[in-house]
Amino acid sequence: MDNTGALSEQMRAIPLENFIMLSLILFSIGVMGILMRRNLIVVFLSIELMLNSINLMAAAFSSYHNDPQGQAFVFFIMVVAAAEVAVGLAMLVMIYRNTKSIDINSLDKLKW
Amino acid sequence: MSQNTLNIITLLIPALPLLGFFIHIFFKNKISEKLAGIHASMWVALSFVLSLVLFNQLQSVEVIHVQLCNWFSVGGLTIPFAFQIDHLSIIMMMVITGVGSLIHVYSIGYMHGDEGFNRFFSYLNLFIFFMLTLVMANNYILMFVGWEGVGLCSYLLIGFWYKNQEYNKAANKAFIMNRIGDLAMLFGLFLLFQYAGTLTFDGVNESVSRIVPDENMLTAITILLFIGACGKSAQLPLYTWLPDAMAGPTPVSALIHAATMVTAGIYMIVRSNLLFSLAPFTLEIIMVVGIVTAIFAGSIALKQNDIKKVLAYSTVSQLGLMFFAIGVGAYEAAMFHLITHAFFKALLFLSAGSVIHGLGGEQDIRKMGGLDKRMKITHWVFGFGVLAIMAVPPFSGFFSKDSILIAAYHISPVLWVIGLFAGLLTVYYMMRVYAVVFRGDERMSAEVSKHIHESPRVITTPLIVLTVLAIFGGLLNIPHLFGGNKMMMHYLSPVVPMDEKHMAMNTEIMLMIIASVAIFLTIYFAHLKYKIKKTVPEADAQITGFGKVLNHKYYIDELYNAIVVKPLNMFGNFLYKIIDLQVIDGFVNGTARFSAYCSSQLKNIQTGAVSFYLFAMALGMVGILLLIILM
Repeated sequence: MDNTGALSEQMRAIPLENFIMLSLILFSIGVMGILMRRNLIVVFLSIELMLNSINLMAAAFSSYHNDPQGQAFVFFIMVVAAAEVAVGLAMLVMIYRNTKSIDINSLDKLKW
Repeated sequence: MSQNTLNIITLLIPALPLLGFFIHIFFKNKISEKLAGIHASMWVALSFVLSLVLFNQLQSVEVIHVQLCNWFSVGGLTIPFAFQIDHLSIIMMMVITGVGSLIHVYSIGYMHGDEGFNRFFSYLNLFIFFMLTLVMANNYILMFVGWEGVGLCSYLLIGFWYKNQEYNKAANKAFIMNRIGDLAMLFGLFLLFQYAGTLTFDGVNESVSRIVPDENMLTAITILLFIGACGKSAQLPLYTWLPDAMAGPTPVSALIHAATMVTAGIYMIVRSNLLFSLAPFTLEIIMVVGIVTAIFAGSIALKQNDIKKVLAYSTVSQLGLMFFAIGVGAYEAAMFHLITHAFFKALLFLSAGSVIHGLGGEQDIRKMGGLDKRMKITHWVFGFGVLAIMAVPPFSGFFSKDSILIAAYHISPVLWVIGLFAGLLTVYYMMRVYAVVFRGDERMSAEVSKHIHESPRVITTPLIVLTVLAIFGGLLNIPHLFGGNKMMMHYLSPVVPMDEKHMAMNTEIMLMIIASVAIFLTIYFAHLKYKIKKTVPEADAQITGFGKVLNHKYYIDELYNAIVVKPLNMFGNFLYKIIDLQVIDGFVNGTARFSAYCSSQLKNIQTGAVSFYLFAMALGMVGILLLIILM
């Protein structure tokens, strides 16, 4: 009980703005990664980065408001993300087997 | 006779021909030709017998009302489905069923072997039903139902030989011409309802005599009704359909286009005589239209060479005389002429049909001649018909035309002269037809000549009966002068108020003598030209001068074609080619083409490049966010 209280104290020492800035930076890096990189694995990593920046923000707000709901959601998001990674990686393997490439621009067959 | 029995008899009269019609429709292919003809004639003959029974009953009762049900009731307008048999109706009913059954019998012989034999009789029965509805109705709306029904039957029967395109056109012409009149008549009925508040004959008569007459309104109503009558009864300017209606089989020309249907207009006006008497201006118009039509059509008939066309124009002319009689206020004279005309014109048409039948379908009088020895009975009955229509005393036409002329003389001696002139035209062209067809040399080809034969008994018997009627029909209404008592005029007095003008006996005798002398002189001249000199009407190409104008019927058809038909066709073409094909189709197709164009442009966005999609998605999200923030 004390422990948690102490942790909370320490967390409060760091202002909320820093958390928001950090997750914004992480999110922007993710976005830039998605938009600029052509390697599918890196794009995938960037998506995870974005997800985790959101997680960070959720946890920060949850702690700030003293409301554990946010932190519970973080776990859910992680679980879903893990499942999504499994599916995504499987698809990635299939794409590589069929095209011998993981270049995102090689996937342009789906058009009118 | 109890009221119940009377009701049943009344209802049976129109129901029997309708039953005949349904039997024909449902068992079209099952009944043989012989049976079809006999049972169709039987229904009409039964109706005739029942009409006689009713006629007998009407000696003691003045009117028989039979109400089946209320047909419909909207606002203040209640239209009963009811019949009203009075002295006017019963006369019409007897003429319709009497002449009708004779013509049915005649048709058995005339239509023998035609592939549409059963169809023909079903139409005839339907026609009798509608015609009876027309004259038995107790209100204008039910009468209008019959009015339209006979128009339909007329259309069906004119176009009976539907494989001939010309006949179909004639049928269409009749139908459309009649619609023009009917439209006016409907408007007249609307106005009448507004004015009188009801549309039953009794109700209208009652309220007309109650309300203070509004002359403008009455004039408008009666003129509109008269235009309707013009369409149905082939008066100027709507008469052109009747001569073309001769495309139908000859019994149809006799029954519908001479004896019964075309007189519906006369009946309607006589039925509404109270209204018309209150609108003197309309009566003047009717008088002028009637007499002009009589002379106009009579002069056309002078130069026609188709035996049925001559009779058709003669019908138009005689109908004109009837309207003339109405115009001078002699309703009973009009009715009298209607009846005698039904007799002798049916006779003339049917015997002309007998000639056509005997000559294997030939209708051109220039290719006939000398038939008096070859077709004796036909020759005699036609001759009597001609005497009757020429108004030679003492045949029926003499009495009826005389009563019209006397009535005209009461208004003005000038009208008497004009009316007599119209009558003399009739004398001349009928004499011409008679002499050219039955006297002189045979002019048909040897092939036709070999096959000329007198028609069978089933054709000649109705002719002989009609001859008797045509000769003695005048007895119905013998003037006081000859010791008669104007039986018909008195009989009609409950419907048509008696308005007996007295004339000095000397004047009347003198007028009669002058008219008769004029008729005999005309006969003499026509006789001289066509019988003694054996003049044959010249071929179409050789006709010159005014004769050519007459032969071409004053170019009225061409005129109507130029001023109505062609502009209408052009307007229709304009609507079709410009409005429909260009504007409407353009708009519809344009909408489709526009969206197709938009899609073809938009589909370029779908490149398939994932990086572009991601970029667009990010940009879109930023855009939405910006929008939210800025809002």
